[in-house]
Amino acid sequence: MNTYDRWLRISAVIYRYLYLYRRSVTRAGEIVFWPVMDLLVWGFLTLYLRELSVSNAILFLIGSLIFWDFLYRSQQATTVAFIEEMWSKNLLNIFLSPISVWEYILGTCLLGLMKSLFTAVLLAALAWFCYAFNILAVGPMLIPFVLSLLLFGWALAMFTMALMLRFGQAAEALVWGIPFLVQPFSAVFYPVDVLPVGLRVIAYLLPSTYVFEGMRAILINGETSWSLLLIAFALNAVYLAAGAAFFAWMFRLVREKGYLSRLGME
Amino acid sequence: MTSPPIAVESLCKHFGNVQAVDDVSFSVKKGEILGLLGPNGAGKTTIIHMLLGLVLPTSGSARLFGEEVAFARQKLLGRVNFSSAYVALPSNLTVRENLLVFARMYSVRRPERRIDELLERFEIGQLAHRVSGSLSSGQQARLSLCKSLLNEPEILFLDEPTSGLDPDIADKVRRTLREIQRERGLAMIYTSHNMPEVELMCDRIIFLSRGTIVMEGTTSELLERAQQASLEEVFIKVARDGQIRDVASEPSPSGDQA
Ligand SMILES: Nc1ncnc2c1ncn2[C@@H]1O[C@H](COP(=O)(O)OP(=O)(O)OP(=O)(O)O)[C@@H](O)[C@H]1O
Ligand SMILES: [Mg+2]
Repeated sequence: MNTYDRWLRISAVIYRYLYLYRRSVTRAGEIVFWPVMDLLVWGFLTLYLRELSVSNAILFLIGSLIFWDFLYRSQQATTVAFIEEMWSKNLLNIFLSPISVWEYILGTCLLGLMKSLFTAVLLAALAWFCYAFNILAVGPMLIPFVLSLLLFGWALAMFTMALMLRFGQAAEALVWGIPFLVQPFSAVFYPVDVLPVGLRVIAYLLPSTYVFEGMRAILINGETSWSLLLIAFALNAVYLAAGAAFFAWMFRLVREKGYLSRLGME
Repeated sequence: MTSPPIAVESLCKHFGNVQAVDDVSFSVKKGEILGLLGPNGAGKTTIIHMLLGLVLPTSGSARLFGEEVAFARQKLLGRVNFSSAYVALPSNLTVRENLLVFARMYSVRRPERRIDELLERFEIGQLAHRVSGSLSSGQQARLSLCKSLLNEPEILFLDEPTSGLDPDIADKVRRTLREIQRERGLAMIYTSHNMPEVELMCDRIIFLSRGTIVMEGTTSELLERAQQASLEEVFIKVARDGQIRDVASEPSPSGDQA
């Protein structure tokens, strides 16, 4: 009974968006339009580079894009849902209902999972159809890779939401900005070796780096490194724990300072 | 002995050097409507938000059903609800969709029936399929009231619920709230800047000024003590000079709890 109630509360967060997407074509389009545009740019760039006969392996760029979009969307869907409640003055109603903040966050994370999966499948199909790029060539490692990106996206989302809670509208830019803060260091489109030594340290502190490196290793020479994958998951655990702790800290601070009463009420 | 639905003791809240709430104590019985009155910034909203766990008290205790809100928030929130003209439901969902979402959050069984019944009661049934953002502010306020009754709460916090309603609708809303309150023995905390409304709705009134209670009692008790003809005049007197304080500090017959 209790777990059923819990599921009802978590699903409420998801239904809030399912209702919206069912009715609003433009809103539903956000998980189709932008990613497809990105795919076209990178897809044609890849074709061009291949024409210059750089290397056949250059196809991995498309894989990078699909993976990157997955990470991006996992963080985005979660934080955009949060910011939307702030904008619509609804956050108070949510925090006053029996849904706990963790249930709420889990709900938005699951929503993020649904959106990222939808987009990833769409992009993978298009990449195969338009550019003859088969993401399944990554093999069974695809699953832990995607999972790792998803978890990192959630961790980033918790940091972003905590900052929005604390700084309100002033922190809005972070929603769109944070993913691009990690992108240059995650070796998304190029190997870590390209980075100067100092920046490589940062790169290896990000779980996403191991996924992109691992994907390229598989596509270029069929190598699979379990130990790197393990490091990625260990790092994910650290980031998730830190993100949750940071959110809990900010939630408490905000209740002390009374910012929740003011959230979105002006 | 059962604990009263709401009990507040020596409650204080400081925001930096602003004393928003300063040593406030009161309780609300089952089936009682308590009006919180006072000028802008008196601390009404802050008290309600402390009772809902949105704001943590600096000191003192805020209890619902005998349990400290700060420690049992999640458990208590299922038994209470809140509405204010100043919070809204997502503007891009329809009235019905919004209520369905909140019905889930409150684990309401058979939500459709409950929703129809509430929409009917607040006379917005014909708006069920309209997007909330397209409603007038008075219609939105009624939607917010529907949301606040979804879980059949035992305590209802209403922070200026009728602000923005036209007199006809405001009157209907008050009647409906009174009806529901009598049917269920609901305890309520009610704030409003509309004095005739407070007279009609509230069984007991607490006057706040700068975070402290300056007067407490039924409407007629307050009129007598302040020697004014209407609550409106009492309010103005309290707001301008707070001189009622001396009279009110005598022990009041109904205000003190055992
Ligand atoms: N988060 C906050 N940070 C700083 N000061 C605050 C905060 N919230 C409220 N205050 C201050 O606390 C005091 C009480 O505010 P509150 O909102 O409780 O008043 P109110 O009685 O509800 O007023 P109104 O009738 O205008 O709704 C005010 O002086 C207000 O400026
Ligand atoms: Mg107020």
